[in-house]
This record gives sequence, C-alpha cells and structure tokens, in this order.
Amino acid sequence: MESRTLTCIGCPMGCQVTINYDYINDTVDMDSITVTGNTCPRGREYAISEITNPTRTVTGTITLSNRDGRVAPVKTKSPIPKSKVSMVAEALMTISMEAPVKIGDVVINDICDTGVEVVVTNNIE
Amino acid sequence: MKKKIVIIGGGPAGLAASIAAKDAGIDDVLIIERGEHLGGILLQCIHNGFGLHTFKEELTGPEYAARYIEIAREKNVEAYLNTMVIDISRDKVVTCMSADKGIFTIEAESIILTMGCRERPRGALNTPGYRPAGIYSAGTAQKFVNIEGKLPGKEVVILGSGDIGLIMARRMTLEGAKVKAVAEIMPYSGGLKRNIVQCLDDFGIPLKLSTTVIDISGKDRVESVTLAQVDEKSRPIPGTEEIVPCDTLLLSCGLLPENELSTQMGVELSPVTGGPKVNESLETNIPGVFAAGNVLHVHDLVDYVSAEASQAGKYAALYVKALEAEKDDNLTENSESSVNAKSYAVTTGIGVRYTVPVSINPDRMDDLLTVRFRVANVYKNPEICVYFGDECIMRRKKLICSPGEMEQVILKKADMNKLKSGDAVKICLENV
Repeated sequence: MESRTLTCIGCPMGCQVTINYDYINDTVDMDSITVTGNTCPRGREYAISEITNPTRTVTGTITLSNRDGRVAPVKTKSPIPKSKVSMVAEALMTISMEAPVKIGDVVINDICDTGVEVVVTNNIE
Repeated sequence: MKKKIVIIGGGPAGLAASIAAKDAGIDDVLIIERGEHLGGILLQCIHNGFGLHTFKEELTGPEYAARYIEIAREKNVEAYLNTMVIDISRDKVVTCMSADKGIFTIEAESIILTMGCRERPRGALNTPGYRPAGIYSAGTAQKFVNIEGKLPGKEVVILGSGDIGLIMARRMTLEGAKVKAVAEIMPYSGGLKRNIVQCLDDFGIPLKLSTTVIDISGKDRVESVTLAQVDEKSRPIPGTEEIVPCDTLLLSCGLLPENELSTQMGVELSPVTGGPKVNESLETNIPGVFAAGNVLHVHDLVDYVSAEASQAGKYAALYVKALEAEKDDNLTENSESSVNAKSYAVTTGIGVRYTVPVSINPDRMDDLLTVRFRVANVYKNPEICVYFGDECIMRRKKLICSPGEMEQVILKKADMNKLKSGDAVKICLENV
C-alpha cells in the first residue's frame, strides 16, 4: 500500500489530504484508493489526479523581436502533464513574436506534443 | 481643476474602486497612476491563480488586470498615466506632477487611497556583509524577468518565503537558474500553501525554516551567503552555519503598505498593519478619505483586494452624494457629529493581530459586513469567535489558521442590535 500526503491546492484552505493506493502492473489500482483529510470533493479529485496524471499550467514569456529584448507573458491554454513542464519552459525560451500582441493570440498550436496551445496573456502595443 | 472622486493608484484596488464609484452613480471619477499602464503590480505577476473567486477561473495577473481595465474603459473612467501624486492636503487638494503637464492641483470631494505596498528592502533587514551587486528584492527580479526579459542571476538563494519569493523560485528555475534554497527565519512560511507546493516542492527546492542569512560574501558581485538556523528568539545558533555559493540573493521578507502620502495628509495609521485605521465604510479618520487594497493591509489574494476596493468605491460615492444632498438642504453644519454617534470599536483577542475595519457604525453598514484579519501564529483546530461585549455571537471551527492566509468573518446588520452601549466587537481565537 502506497501513501502520500499532499497539500490540496483547490482553494486557499490548503487541506492536508492523505491518499492510500495500490499498484497493479505499474498503474494505480483505482479501486484501492482511499482519500482522507479533504473537506470537499475537490480534495479527493486533486489527490487522485496528483498520483495518476499530475498536470500544471505553465506560464512564461516569449521575446518580442521588435521591442528591444522586452518580453510578452504567455501561458499554456490548459494544464499540461507535470513531467513536461521543464521541456515546455525551455521551448518557450526559443520563441519570439512581433509586437503588438494581444491577450489570446496563439503563439504555438501544440507545444511539445502536448496538444495544448500557448497563448499571449497581456496586451502589448 | 475639480473632481468628485480622485483615486490614487491604478492597480487592482484603484480599478475596482473606480468601477464601483461609477456604478454607484458618480460619474466624475479620476484615477491617477504613476506608471505607464493601468494594472499595477499585476502586470509583472504573469503566473496563474488569480480570479478564482471573482471570475471562477484561473487567470494570470495581466489577464486579471485586463478584465478590470476593460470594464473601466467601458464605463469611461478617466485616468492620468505617468502622473505622480506628490502631496495631498487634509482638505483634499491633490498635487500631481507629470512630464507633459508639469505640476498641477486637483480639488477632490472624496479621495480613495489605493497606492499598494512596497517590499521590505535590504536596509530594513540588518543583514551583515558587503554591498555587492546581485542582491534584489523578489519583486525587482520579477520585473526584470517578466517584463524586461533579463535573468538577474544563475545561482540563487532566496531569503524569506513570502509569495513573491516562492513564485520567483519557480520562475527563475524555469528560466534556467538554479535556486539552491529558500531560507525563512520563522518556523513556518508566510506564503500560500499552493505556492509552496507548486513553486518549491514541484522542483525539489528546499525550504529551510527557522533559518536566515547571517553573512553575504563577495565584493563586486555576490559570491556566497552564509545560512544559519535560529532559535526561538530568532538568534543564529552557533555551529549551524552553512556557506552556500551563489551569485544572487533575492529578498522576499514582507510587504509594507505605502502610506507616505496618507501620513502627510494626517491619516491615522495602525501600527500593526502600517495601513490606515478605517471604519465599516473603509473611511479613514479624515471624512471622505477612503482606503482599500494593499495600502490598507497586505492581502494574499487579489480577489479580496478587488472586493474590498469595490466597497471603498461605493462608500466614496455615497459620501459625495451625501455632500451634495447637504448642500441642497443647506444643512452642512451638522454633518460630522451625526455620523460617528453610534460607532462600536472592533477589538482583537487571543491569536488575532489586527482587524479591518477597526470600528463599525451599524447604521452605515450593508446587510453583511466582511471583517478581515490575520492571525498571529499557526493554529491547528482553532475556533474563530466573535463577541459582542461578553456574549459570543458567532463561532466557527477551522482546521488550520496561519499568518500567511487572511481570515474573515461576516457580520450581519440584523445582529448588530444585540450590541449594547459601550460594547466592543471582539474577534478572537479559542481552543488554541
């Protein structure tokens, strides 16, 4: 039986959620999962997603090629697998765009084979 | 020039206040902003997690700001950018300065203070050592990385575990720097839980509690810092020193409300928060001068800044309307005495450091009034209690309270008639 205690980040409460689970052939046996310490259903969902498929939204910047090295903020439009966070961050460093840019402009359609768009998050003239 | 409501600062608080003032029926609203853009510090907070309460979705800082900027534009809120307020007099004359207009004054009927806060600088920390390059406040580093596109260093130690320090630990890591440690002098972090999880734990960055920087080496550039554990009185413990080679030290050691202008004009400040003492209407000791957001007390969630500032905007509008009504009725002489007649003090008991507001006039409060406060320490299973005099009128169990997360209680206007003359409203923790 595996056990992990996580801090739920579903809201500012930050519940300490403990999840117990077994593996069957290297995958989590969903029937074996027990979750304690959560005060709402989000705590349970969070704990399960953290042991089965943890994801993160990555935010960063891209260079504005015509603004003297200044940058524009960007984000992945939806969360990506946690294991690809560093890869995505590195990929963003190589990308540049011309200003003006506006919120929602698509920087890249599919970042690092995640199937997720990277979009601009500020309006820069 | 005359204006009905002048708002000092165009960050999240100023924007929300301006929108609420317009909604409450005052059209003549002006924001004065010293920066080039509206949005304030949100513009450099490019991480996500903003707006969960307000918009029920996770936005980045610039996106959250853009929502309010858009609404303010739709409502034709006037804003002077690149304009610095250098003085406000007690009778509400605002002296401003800008490159294109020079020095000019504005006579305001009401003023909303929304200047935000500043980071505690190295000079306030008494850290020994040389003054080499490579020591930045976390917010300065954030601006370099997220706006200017410059990485301030490659090997980083962060002193203080405030939210900006935690956010910058992740940001610098993702930009290719090595963050070696976050040192926190207190036995707990002052940052939000989710930031500790997602900014440190995710990247294996050690959080060293009860630890501080006792020396900084390097003459031209930081070469190393010496960390040491501290005892319960924050004194370094001999034998626990650890030299950590690095080229950059970021400071995230607390935020201070920016109240130079408020003090100059005679606004009374709380020694605990460093922000103005306000009543239920978020009005300072000077009638018609309101405060909201981080200038009032440092918040951890911008959603609460917006909510608080909306109240300030609404009350400023009501104040202006009351002034106009008085002028019409020619009854100006009796204005102030009637207002403060039935105020009750809000006091703090065990475990509560401060409250906003510090007094309540039930006649002027809405049906519901949010009292915000911070606790003094980390408490497990406390009960948040509200007393009217000796009588406990509200009791709420919590799993945990910590100084890093602002707490609140909501008072009902309908309950306020239980207050007897001379009573105070006391907020305290029990079972601690």
